[in-house]
Amino acid sequence: MALMKSDDPQRRTCSPPTAQGAFRGCSALLPKGLMVAAVLAMGLTLPLSRARAGGASDSTELCLSCHGGKSMTTKRGTRTVPLYVDNKKFAGSVHGSLGCTACHADLEGADLPHGKPKRVDCGNCHGTEAAEHAKSLHGKALARGDNLAPRCVDCHGNHDIAHVHDTNSAVAPLKVPFVCGRCHQEGTPVMTQRKIDQHNILENYTESIHGEGLLKKGLIVAANCASCHTAHSILPHTDPNSSINRRNIAATCTKCHALIEVVHRKVIRGELWEKKEHVLPACIDCHQPHKVRNVYYEQGMADADCMRCHANQALKSADGRTMFVQVQEVASRRHTKVACSQCHSEVNVSKLRPCETIKNPVDCSKCHEAEGQQYQRSTHGQLFAKHEPNAPVCKECHGTHVILSKVDPASRTFPTNVPALCGTCHREGQRAAVRYTGQQHEIISHYRESIHGKGLLQSGLTVTATCTNCHTAHGELPTKDADSTVNPKNLPKTCGQCHHGIEEQFEQSVHSVAVTRTDKPLPVCSDCHSAHSIRRADEDGFKLEIMDKCGRCHVEIAKSYFDTYHGKVSRLGYTNTAKCYDCHGAHDIQKVTDPRSHLSRANVVETCKKCHSDATRRFAGYLTHATHHDPKKYPFLFWAFWGMTSLLVGTFVVSGVHTLLWLPRAFEMRRQLRAEEAELEAKARAGAEEKQP
Amino acid sequence: MSKNSPALQDEARRTSATTKELAHYMKPAVAIQREFVRFTRLNRALHACTVASFMTLALTGMTLKFSYTSWAVLLSHILGGFQTAGYLHRFAAVVMFSAFVAHLVDLTKLKKRKYATWKAMLLGPNSMIPMKPDLDEFLATMKWFLHLGPKPEYGRWTYWEKFDYFAVFWGIFIIGSTGLTLWFPVFFTRFLPGAFINVATIIHSDEALLATGFIFTVHFFNTHLRPEKFPMDTTIFTGRMELAELKRDKRKEYDALVASGELEQHLAEPQPEIVVRTIRFFAWVALSIGFSIVVWIVYAMLFAYR
Repeated sequence: MALMKSDDPQRRTCSPPTAQGAFRGCSALLPKGLMVAAVLAMGLTLPLSRARAGGASDSTELCLSCHGGKSMTTKRGTRTVPLYVDNKKFAGSVHGSLGCTACHADLEGADLPHGKPKRVDCGNCHGTEAAEHAKSLHGKALARGDNLAPRCVDCHGNHDIAHVHDTNSAVAPLKVPFVCGRCHQEGTPVMTQRKIDQHNILENYTESIHGEGLLKKGLIVAANCASCHTAHSILPHTDPNSSINRRNIAATCTKCHALIEVVHRKVIRGELWEKKEHVLPACIDCHQPHKVRNVYYEQGMADADCMRCHANQALKSADGRTMFVQVQEVASRRHTKVACSQCHSEVNVSKLRPCETIKNPVDCSKCHEAEGQQYQRSTHGQLFAKHEPNAPVCKECHGTHVILSKVDPASRTFPTNVPALCGTCHREGQRAAVRYTGQQHEIISHYRESIHGKGLLQSGLTVTATCTNCHTAHGELPTKDADSTVNPKNLPKTCGQCHHGIEEQFEQSVHSVAVTRTDKPLPVCSDCHSAHSIRRADEDGFKLEIMDKCGRCHVEIAKSYFDTYHGKVSRLGYTNTAKCYDCHGAHDIQKVTDPRSHLSRANVVETCKKCHSDATRRFAGYLTHATHHDPKKYPFLFWAFWGMTSLLVGTFVVSGVHTLLWLPRAFEMRRQLRAEEAELEAKARAGAEEKQP
Repeated sequence: MSKNSPALQDEARRTSATTKELAHYMKPAVAIQREFVRFTRLNRALHACTVASFMTLALTGMTLKFSYTSWAVLLSHILGGFQTAGYLHRFAAVVMFSAFVAHLVDLTKLKKRKYATWKAMLLGPNSMIPMKPDLDEFLATMKWFLHLGPKPEYGRWTYWEKFDYFAVFWGIFIIGSTGLTLWFPVFFTRFLPGAFINVATIIHSDEALLATGFIFTVHFFNTHLRPEKFPMDTTIFTGRMELAELKRDKRKEYDALVASGELEQHLAEPQPEIVVRTIRFFAWVALSIGFSIVVWIVYAMLFAYR
């Protein structure tokens, strides 16, 4: 009360403190509802303005005698609602010259304190706007009883409504984005609970050329929400009457861009733009709504403009490349509906040669944004960013004018063509292979011989993994990169895209990082199966190499395996003997102490029986990894070995010495024998000669 | 009989036949020195069987033992794979067992034929069982080696021959029993622990190494490669040895035969030339295989062992 006095001494006469005191005093005695009604009735019938009161209305003053007090409140459900009306603001509003009952007509002559007034119907005066609103999205939602649907008051305010040209107006151009944005921004109930196709509307608008003009440069003529969507007749773009319907959008945009024809001259020529909206693009085809800055191309060009020159077969660039474009070729492909200048942006139609302003190569990521981002992160993109002349760009894989879908068998990116495509650079001696310092070599030829390569190229199974299935199409990264799909961390998942069942087994196995916590590197798919020369697991080569693969980590156990019959037969190059995975399992390897292991107490005999059909528990006691070098673990073997070795060495020492001692004597005997023989022969010859004569 | 002998040349002049033809036809007419029969036909056949089966066992077994050498891999493939090699190995084992059993049976027959009692056979002068005289001969041999005495005189069987003979018994028992364990592991583990198969593997393999190593070096030297017999002594295959050789190497036996007057009974015509040549070829093959295996073993043990 004291504050009120000092604020506005004039008001004091209109609102006797006694009366207020009496109402407040009553509040303690009267039933709540009655009191509220009294207060409301009192407040709304009080005079609201003195300054403009003149002949306007005495009612205003009467109303303000109650509602001019800031402390006046009421309860609505659990909320406390202020009932204060700022006379100064009301007096300054467009409705300031009207009395309260001009809008709150139902309170005219009501007894004070009045009850809850009816909702003000702005349509009494603003019939056109109200009718538009009623037909609009908002109005229809309201009619449906949607509690989120906005009424006049939600945008325009109530007692302080200023003229739209007044910068203080709630719907002044500078404020419109925020008025609309109260509901149409991320996280609001409207955006989360109602079906709104566009996203980040307010953010995108703020960043757009319109938003920047309005909000950063203060150009109040820059388009705001209502400029395109209209203020009251807001309709979905699918509605033929909508200002943003394809049919109408040109008209909407030309409200401001009236002379757009000067710029969009090709489009305007023949006036097709507005007349045949299905033949030629609507503004939004190139200029996305809400993010007008991210244009597909700055200045519209029709293909025929380009073909004026590029249809000439003799057309050559300065460096001698042909610049001839076969238009049918482009038209029949993936980008049939894309105009030249949508890709070859930077054209300037005000030039005689519009393309002379082109400085940069085609940037596909303008449309293919996600792919562009992957590419930038990839090795290819990083090399490109470093201006490596060898770095591949979109067109090297996808082509230029003749871009085909990857499901088209003629496409270079069709699965069966991918190895050859990647091979153009990654084949040995080619530009990617010479740069590469890792351990994978002969990638393409190895792949062709691999099970995947054979499946794809020989069996023609297009579902077979090709380069891009493992390395991704656009985000190739080296193995050591943690984000790479072929990084050991991610590899099981990558292979699991197709080999899902195996991945499930593997993730449960002792080799999975989810199961075993260790500092040592755990094996992943490629450690056993290799990367590019993956073979069928039932091929001899694979079967024979697996022991060495396991042996890379399990050094001792592999060594002792090779001391046993199984290992020795494997060493000789034969596969029909037990190998690591025959006993331990392949992808579902568990510790032998784990009941799930193929070698657990419960399973081991069955495992042996896979080959030794009549195996018994005692037979399973055979030491498959026995070594005679460990006296503690295998004393029997150790002593058997050394016993036999001693016997062997002893025998050889004794007999060796015996033989060596004998040798000189034996030579002596040989000489003696030869001498005797010679003597005998000489005698015989002598005897024969004697007889002869 | 030499082609250039004066008698043949005379004959050739008379009959206008070539000396070569004559040498052929006149052979029986010319007195040929008869030889001492040391081994019976069965002895020789059994030894040949043992040689063949032993070579097979050694080759097929060593491929597995030295599987880490490229030699083994090559040989295993030549032999038709480890399974075929396994069949060969077991077949050869059966042959060797059979030869062994046949020899034992032959001994009983020998006893019936020539000796009244086992005692007479086993403890007589021609017994294979090492006895006191063998120790004396061994010591005398040592002295002779060291130039401390004269060359001793031996009987029908020298001590090293007896050693070789019983080495086979030992080998058959040790290698044979462990080999059977490895052949029928499921049967044997009915009453033996599983780890016994590992022990059997070690014993089988090391004893085999001993046997091959011994036979292809010491036995080869003792009986084939001794300088005075170089390149080989074919007695075990022909069954014959020259009388002079008997007199020189088995003096005691010779003396005993002369004393009893039985020497004549033990003499026979030498084997025909073609038989001797075939035997020499066979022996060369066996020797070559044996030496190759020795080289391979040495290489495997010294250079490729892991």
